This record gives sequence, C-alpha cells and structure tokens, in this order.
Amino acid sequence: MNIYVLLKKTFDTEEKINVSHGQIEDDGAEFIINPYDEYAVEEAINQRDEHGGEVTVVTIGDEDSEKQLRTALAMGADKAVLINTEDDLESGDQYTTAKILEAFFEDKEADLILAGNVAIDEASGQVGPRLAEALGIPYVTTITSLKIDGEVVNIEKDVEGDVEIIETSLPVLVTCQQGLNEPRYPSLPGIMKAKKKPLEELEIDDLDLDEDDVEPKTKTIDIFLPPEKEAGRVLEGELNEQVVELVSLLKNESKVL
Amino acid sequence: MKMSETKEKVFKGGGFLVEDLSSDDVITPEDFTEEHKMIAKTTEEFVSGEVLPKLENLENHEFEHSVDLLKKAGELGLLGADVPEEYGGLGLDKISSSLITEKFSRAGGFSVTHGAHVGIGSLPIVFFGNEQQKQTYLPKLATGELLAAYALTEPSSGSDALGAKTTAKLNEAGTHYILNGEKQWITNSAFADVFVVYAKIDGEHFSAFIVERDFPGVSTGPEEKKMGIKSSSTRTLILEDAEVPVENLLGEKGRGHIIAFNILNVGRYKLAIGGVGGSKRALELAVKYVNERKQFNTPISSFSLTQEKLATIAAETYANESSVYRTVGLFEQRMGALTQEQLNDGREVARAIAEYQIECSMNKYTCTELLDYAADEAVQMHGGYGFMQEYEVERIYRDSRINRIFEGTNEINRLLVPGTLLKKAMKGELPLLQKAQALQEELMMLMPEEVGTETLEQEKHLLKNAKKIVLLGAGLAAQKYMQKIEKEQEILVNLADMVAEVYNMEAAILRTEKAIKKDGEAKHKQKLLYTQVFVQEAFNRIEADAKETLIAVEEGDTLRMMLSSLRKLTRHTPTNVIAKKREIAKQIIKEEKYVL
Repeated sequence: MNIYVLLKKTFDTEEKINVSHGQIEDDGAEFIINPYDEYAVEEAINQRDEHGGEVTVVTIGDEDSEKQLRTALAMGADKAVLINTEDDLESGDQYTTAKILEAFFEDKEADLILAGNVAIDEASGQVGPRLAEALGIPYVTTITSLKIDGEVVNIEKDVEGDVEIIETSLPVLVTCQQGLNEPRYPSLPGIMKAKKKPLEELEIDDLDLDEDDVEPKTKTIDIFLPPEKEAGRVLEGELNEQVVELVSLLKNESKVL
Repeated sequence: MKMSETKEKVFKGGGFLVEDLSSDDVITPEDFTEEHKMIAKTTEEFVSGEVLPKLENLENHEFEHSVDLLKKAGELGLLGADVPEEYGGLGLDKISSSLITEKFSRAGGFSVTHGAHVGIGSLPIVFFGNEQQKQTYLPKLATGELLAAYALTEPSSGSDALGAKTTAKLNEAGTHYILNGEKQWITNSAFADVFVVYAKIDGEHFSAFIVERDFPGVSTGPEEKKMGIKSSSTRTLILEDAEVPVENLLGEKGRGHIIAFNILNVGRYKLAIGGVGGSKRALELAVKYVNERKQFNTPISSFSLTQEKLATIAAETYANESSVYRTVGLFEQRMGALTQEQLNDGREVARAIAEYQIECSMNKYTCTELLDYAADEAVQMHGGYGFMQEYEVERIYRDSRINRIFEGTNEINRLLVPGTLLKKAMKGELPLLQKAQALQEELMMLMPEEVGTETLEQEKHLLKNAKKIVLLGAGLAAQKYMQKIEKEQEILVNLADMVAEVYNMEAAILRTEKAIKKDGEAKHKQKLLYTQVFVQEAFNRIEADAKETLIAVEEGDTLRMMLSSLRKLTRHTPTNVIAKKREIAKQIIKEEKYVL
C-alpha cells in the first residue's frame, strides 16, 4: 500500500508565543510537528505494519522543516519529501498548499493519504478536503478509527461528540482526530536510522508550477494574541441573592442572556 | 556520532591552567547535531509524558512504577546509550548520553533511579567486565530486562571507601566467594536485579563483584525515609554468607579501587549535568511564577530585585552548562583518537574519562551548588507558595540537597582538585611549577595593561590574570607547605574554588566567542551578557579567595609584596553587573525560560 502523510510544521503552543507587528516572532519560538499530523504519522505506520507498503511524509515549508520530517522518519516513516517554497513564495494559504500538493500527487499512485484534522496554528482544516476534491478521491475528516480490509475501508468519525460509522473504499484521504491512536516517541535507534532514510527536496518549479499558479486567495490582515484571561469573581450572600445577581450579570454585563 | 570527521586535538586533564585555548578547541552546546537534539527531545517527551504523571506514585514509594518506567525507557533506547552496540546497546557518543541525563533531571528522584541504573550500576560492567560478564549482563541492562545498582558505601565508610568492612572469602571448593557485610544507602535496591558490590577478599584485597539479587544470602533492609529524591528507592543491601560465583569477580582481585575511582568520575560529571538541567527547570518555574504573581498591582517580575535573581541564576547556569559540556567534549576528543577496538574495550573509555578527573570533580561541585542556589532562589521568588508541596519548586529544593553529598562530598571533590594538580605537576605531566616560577619573576616587573574595548577583550584579560592568580596562590602554598599541604585544607579548598572559576570562565568565554564567530554578535547578545556578568563575578570571588590565601600563607614584608602583586593582577575597570543583569532578565521574562 502506498501511504502518504501530509505534515505541517507549527509553533509549539505550549511554549510562550510573542507577537509583534502582526507577526509571530520566530526568534526563540519552538517548532513541532502539528500534533494532529502526529496522529496521521502514527496511523500511517500502523497501517503499513499491518498491510505492508511504504509511508512517505510530505511537507511544504522551508529548510528548517527537515527537522520535522526527520522526526517522522525517526518514528518509522520510510521516506520524506520536502517541497521547499522559501525562495519562491512570499505568502501562501490553504489554496496554495492544496494546489502544490495536487501537482505533487499528479503522478503518484496513493492508496491512502492521511492528514491532521486541523493545524493548530491557522486551523483551517481545508487542505485535506481540498486536495481530495482535486484528486477526485473520497475523503473523511476527523476520523477516530480506521480499518482497511482489501479495498474496503471502515471508518469511525467524530461528529460533535457522537460517532459516525462510514464505509468507503481505497484510495481515500482521511484527516485524523485525537483519539485515533497514541503517537509514539521517536526511539533512539529510530533517530539513528532516520538520518540514513531518503529525504527528497523539491521546489515548485520541479512540479511545473510558478508563483502565479499558487497565489493565495486570502489575505491575512492581522495576527494578535487572545485577550488575557481576567480573574474570576466569587459571588457572596444568600444563595437566592447570588442567583439573582448571577442572572443580572449574565444579562447586563456579559450580555449572554 | 562523531562531532566531526577531522581528527580532534586531544588535551591533557588540568591542562587548561597552563595552555591558551582557542574557541575551536572546545565543544559547545551550539555544536550539537540534529540527532543530539532529537535524542534530547525524545527524552524530554518521555519524562513529561510518562514519568511526571506517575511522579506522585513514585514519591509514595510505589516502585512497581519505577520498574515499569525503566522498561519503557529501555524500549526507547534510553538505557543503552553508554552500552556498546555489540552488547545490545546503542554505543552513542557521550554528548548523547549526557543530554539524556540532562533531560531526565526534571524527573526528580526518578532521575536518580535512571542515573544509578545507566551510570554507576551498568558502567562498571561496560568498563571492566570480561567478555562473558558483558555478554551475560549488558544486553539485558540496556533494555531494562535487568536493573542495576551500585553498592560501595557502608555505615562506617563513606568518603573513606577503601575502609570497607564487607569481606569476601573463597569457599573450599573454590567455586564461590562468600560475602558478608552491609552496604548502606543503595539506590534502586528495592528492585535492582544486579548489584555491583565492593568487598575485601580475605579482609584485605579490595575487589568488586557482580551480585545478583537471587543469590543465596542476599537481601535488602527497610526503605529509608529521606529528605528528598523520595521517588528513588534507598535501602541497605545485606550480605549474609552471600554466595557469589567466582566468575562474578569484576576486574582483578585487589583492584576494586580502580573500578571505584573510574565510576566516581562518571557519577560526578553526570550529576553535574543533572544540576544544570535542574537549574534550568527551577529558573523556568520561577520566571513563570513571577510573571503571574502580582503584588502592589504589579507583576513581581517587574521589580529589579526579582530580575537580579533570575539573571544571576541564568548567567551561572550558562557558565556551568558551557563548562560541563566542555568536559564531555574533552572525553569525545580523547575517545575520537581511539580505534573501534579500543572503544569496545571499556577500560580505554574509562581511561579517557579518568584523564579529566579534575574537570569531573570541579563540574560536580560547581554544578550541584548552582542547583542548590537556583532551587533556593526559586523558592524565594515563590514566597510562601514555594514552601507548599503543591508547587514543584518545593520538591526541587528538597531533591537538590543530596547532590552536594553523594558521589564524593563537595568537600572531598574540592580537596581532590589541587591534590591531583600537584601530583600531575610533581610527575611532570603539567608544567605548573615552572609556570609558577616564571610568574614570580614576571610579577616583579609587572606593568598594568591597557585593556581594549573589543568584544570579550575585558573577559579574556580577566581570565588570563585569573590563571596567574591561581598560579601565584598555588605556587606559594606549595613552596611553603611542601608535602604537608594536605593538612592545609582551607587553602586547598580556596585553590579548588579558584581553579573551578577559571575553568568555568574560560568555558563561557570560548563558547560565546565560538558562537559569535559563527553567526555574529547580534544573534548572541544574551550569551555575551551572561559571559560578561559571570566572568566579572567569578573574578571577584577569585580575588577574595586569593587574598585570604596569601594572608594565610605569608606574613610581613613578603605578604605585603604578594598583596601588591595581587593588586596589580586584579586592577581593571569592572563591568556594571547590575545593568547587565537587568538586560539579561528582560529576555528571560519575555520567553519565560532559560534563553540563549
């Protein structure tokens, strides 16, 4: 089975993030594999171990994205592809990413493509579905279980806390949700092996694209941090009075009633 | 995983006192490879994802979790870094295993569990085991199938390890040694399968044995109640006519002290690395807290006194981190000169490490004292909350204290430094005495030097003079007391402190210089600030120690002359450390962690 994983490098949101002039400061920021993409990598490895085949991890990024690819290789992926847009593109959005990936997959025979449900930085959740549409294959988002038997694919999908059970067939694209699996830590032997695994680097030129083909359809106006959480308030007095005060606060102050 | 393919220079232990080094001569954290960083990250994730959720259980002595966690660590390869590949380990370089140690430090007492297994527990067999012993034990130790402990200390012999009372006697059939005695405070003793035990054959020949828990006559006492590192198991190992097969004699009969000595070196530098890791954590907790905590309607991180504390911890951490990885780099450079065959012979690896016993000792006492300082100040910054067990910093404070005591008290380690240096000088391995003599002549006509304003020029000047001050003090003391210097422990300790300050100053300077040379000063402002602050403060301490030493050693006119020489060597326009520390703190407060 030819398995592909779409992977994105993101900021580590557990670390402190500083924003200045509408930009996230790169200096001192830690980068990680988008956590939802880790579920995708883990699932790809498990499916390969069960059905055989090969796992290729694909990312669109810059030179530094190699680190995240090496991590995926250390987890157990077989090959990696870095589509380096650092020199060619000034900006990009979900359209850009999907368009580049479409070109990349044009000559590939993918049986299974896995992606994260969303990226924790921009959280569009669009790249997977857009790509599947472009490739003309079925897709299922936010999956929590994946069983493949021959060409038949059984999927459990997270729907607002409920589970939807879906049957479809290969080739298919899925986006992975928390609960699908527990991503492994890259083991030390895995890390040592990863540096010998193939990592191919492409530019959009290699995919017969130029800047105009992938020009973003959206524009980022501003980036800012969420407002700081303010301290809570403890209501006092008799229970009845507290209820009355709470209702009045909800109506008049926070205006949710 | 060699740092580079080119043949590395090899330096003598203690050589930094008499050599002028360039930044290309040292290995720094900025030289770590991607693999090193990935190994560090896996360790970090393992500790935060697997160990920390269980820490409360571990603190309550539920040691089945320790065993379980060690086995999981083994599956990831976190127990096999120092075990050669041909015995089932990974045979990684010492930087990799050091990073694992550093990242484990966050696990508190469990880091001691891990360290005892991979370090003092397994390494005696890696270094000194014969082929059969290595085949039998190492593959299982590397995976965690077997867990190890190290049993040297006895109720009546701590620092005086060779005074052990445990005996070994060959049985009549000549098949077993019969061991009798008690080993005290044995880490991992609740669950270890294999103990490296020291005993005197016929009450005379100090030797090491591999003792399995299941051998007849082997048992452990009740769990000790400790001040800190409660997550680790500590018990007495009781040997009552314990039957140890003759093939389990480790190394040669009567040569146990060689093993003990080599293992201590390893234990020391590993504790030092743990100290650096722990200090970074204490700083991170402290800065997060002071950013959050408001008094007088102001986050307390905006008070400059809080900033001073953050900056001092950070600058000291930087110097110690530079220094301990410099030492690990020295091992690597020396091991880089060995053939694969020599590397597989553990004895050669042990020898490469032992060359730097002075450096190991210095790192041990400066890094463990750094940790104590950082933990103490981190509690202080937490105010009353730091005294409450809900806060991690409370545990860090308790856990820190043992580090100044085990693996050779810091006092013993201090005494070893000038002692070993003098021995090396006597043997002609280091030209210390010649240098000291030349210096005395130089001092007669010493003129104050103009220090330029180039980056790091002042720091290099202070370093150069600090080396001279050490030579001045050591030379005079050696001249006056000769062989009886051993009795002048206060002076020896002053010298040890000065030498360690010099080593750390140089490590910080060379690291910063190397980084700046590579990517320019703008990218390394924080490193430069750390270096400027640390070097100034270390130099001030050296000056005070030197003065006290001269006053103790000389008197009258000679003393006045020597003090005047010292004044010439210490003349400089000092750095404004208050201003620099405020700048340092700014970055730390912004990033909420130790930043480089």
